[in-house]
Amino acid sequence: MSDTHAETAFVRTEMLAPALPPVTERGAIKWLRENLFAGWLNTALTLASLLVVVMLLAKILPWWLNGVWNATSLGECRTIAGPEGGACWAVIKARWHQYIFGFYPQDAYWRPILAFALLFVALAPVLYYGLRSGAKLIGVVGVLTVISLALLDHDIVHVIVIAGLMAGLFAISWVAPKRLVYVTILYPFLAFWLLWGGSIWKPVATMLGFGIMVLVYRLVQPRLGVVMATAIGFVAACIYWLFVQGLVTNALAGLPPSLLPVNSDQFGGFLLAFVIGVTAIICSLPIGILLALGRRSDMLLIKTLSVGFIEFIRGVPLITMLFTASLLLQYFLPPQTNFDLILRVVILVTLFAAAYIAEVIRGGLAALPRGQYEAADALGLDYWQAQRLIVMPQALKISIPGIVSTFIGLFKDTTLVSFVGLLDPLRGVTQIVRADINWKGIYWEPYIFVGVIFFLICFSMSRYSMYLEQKLKTDHR
Amino acid sequence: MAEAQTKMQVSDEVAIRISNMNKWYGTFHVLRDINMTVNRGERIVICGPSGSGKSTLIRCINRLEEHQQGDIVVDGTELTSDLKNIDKVRSEVGMVFQHFNLFPHLTILENCTLAPIWVRKIPKREAEEIAMHFLTKVKIPEQANKYPGQLSGGQQQRVAIARSLCMKPRIMLFDEPTSALDPEMIKEVLDTMIALAEDGMTMICVTHEMGFAQAVANRVIFMDQGQIVEQNEPKEFFNNPKSDRTKLFLSQILGH
Repeated sequence: MSDTHAETAFVRTEMLAPALPPVTERGAIKWLRENLFAGWLNTALTLASLLVVVMLLAKILPWWLNGVWNATSLGECRTIAGPEGGACWAVIKARWHQYIFGFYPQDAYWRPILAFALLFVALAPVLYYGLRSGAKLIGVVGVLTVISLALLDHDIVHVIVIAGLMAGLFAISWVAPKRLVYVTILYPFLAFWLLWGGSIWKPVATMLGFGIMVLVYRLVQPRLGVVMATAIGFVAACIYWLFVQGLVTNALAGLPPSLLPVNSDQFGGFLLAFVIGVTAIICSLPIGILLALGRRSDMLLIKTLSVGFIEFIRGVPLITMLFTASLLLQYFLPPQTNFDLILRVVILVTLFAAAYIAEVIRGGLAALPRGQYEAADALGLDYWQAQRLIVMPQALKISIPGIVSTFIGLFKDTTLVSFVGLLDPLRGVTQIVRADINWKGIYWEPYIFVGVIFFLICFSMSRYSMYLEQKLKTDHR
Repeated sequence: MAEAQTKMQVSDEVAIRISNMNKWYGTFHVLRDINMTVNRGERIVICGPSGSGKSTLIRCINRLEEHQQGDIVVDGTELTSDLKNIDKVRSEVGMVFQHFNLFPHLTILENCTLAPIWVRKIPKREAEEIAMHFLTKVKIPEQANKYPGQLSGGQQQRVAIARSLCMKPRIMLFDEPTSALDPEMIKEVLDTMIALAEDGMTMICVTHEMGFAQAVANRVIFMDQGQIVEQNEPKEFFNNPKSDRTKLFLSQILGH
């Protein structure tokens, strides 16, 4: 009896100290065992994969490392590289400025560079609203801008003025990050002026149209509500743009300051990809949101128009739209309005992306529980307040991965503009480089160069979206 | 208790009048000839089997559901398709839902200040003071800066009550406020509702908490198949039900 009793009752006299897990269950060994060598099949696959990687590297690495950076033609490259062969990176060294700027005048390179730098300044308050991270971004961009200008621009005055400007913007973003919103609002007009040049009064006169839109909205909104006020404001602005703006621009055209005008056919390379991609990305999001809301609307006309637009755009290949932009659009516009080809392409790429964004956002809207709409209604919020404060913040958060992948796709699709005669970096510029007698027959190097740059840009968009998802995660599930 | 009773006086002023109201979902007749008057300060409990139209009825009062026939007048405003009237009624009538419906992307404090700031146009500072006042009243001021997902069900429901109260409503609707809660959290929510009743709030509650009905209701309404079958003071209703349908229902929910 006493034995059984001893087994049931137990008193610990000494507490055990925590111990490490066994060697095979911790650190790198555990990781290797679980991920690479778990079972014989797994081990075999690991070894086979290793073999493939080694064979690939054995093929590519010598070619890559034996690359020639200093040569004036492909033939010279081959002579220098010798019988084992090697990459001819000299072509990039000779022609990189065309990949970046197309045929943009060399003396004016500071303009797209400044516009690119200011893009980040304008984006900072949007990407990191009210945070110091925005200032850090501007600081890094500012330093890089000044370095690249110092290397590229021979006019020391430009470098000093722009360095001063970037330092000033950095100071503002450090002290009062929210103030930079004004840069964001002015940016589209400023960038237009910097890139295309001409008189500053043309973008200012265009900006006036938006001023008129806001003014009309403010006047009408208390009486007729948000939708009517927006519509009337938009119509008023369109009337101004079509009939009045030309007079204003002509009257002010002679006045300084003005920059050397650059024609759209001088644009090319990544400059062109950025102009089209960034504008389309920024404009397609609000249009996409409106289309998604329209598609869910109770109003038959709005619903039909939205569905029709989305399905039409999604049913037509982008290249068709681009041909429309380059050939057909001209017929539908009033005579004498000479629409720039890049502008036309931007408009159609924007509409194309907006249709896809609308469907992505509609998915986000459908994922919201009905209770959220009901709670917003029950609190007395009107439709637009409920959308802006309750529905959109949540629906957009759900849609971030889809929105960003649409943007990435859109950015890569900008290379398709080569089909309407614009100089995209992939096909347009590479064709010109390969047409040069010195570089005839070169194949891999330009494509690798362009591919790497595209990858870096798309990868950073993807990383930013992951940062955003993490930051907005409040549901603690 | 006597003091509580005097505080809970019912006035003669009419808060809600529903007359000859009918509602259909497609061809399905959900609410049939509803007639009902609620005076200011009255506390009404609506009970009945599931699918009897109780939730639909109170959702018609702030027009989360549309009625097709008859009149609903809330605080002197008739509910029609006029959006201005609907928004006016909704800002006067608070509603608490079964699944809380807090806004998960906003903190507790922001949940409470959102509507006062945007609908009532109250300055942010003032709205935050009001919100803290009501969060203290429902006994969770220390959670103000957390997100709804970090709170327990009972706490979330109390936040939902505070969020409605921040709009200073004259009428409160409760749509099965305790049905989605664990048993030990029901009491904290009911205590909050009882405190609200003692302050003289006009309340309509759809609930199965018969203890709550006996403690605070002036009137219990029993609904079945989209119609009001019986209504009476709680004491009479529970001790001496008149209709067979009511007797059956009560025996089923009180029987064990």
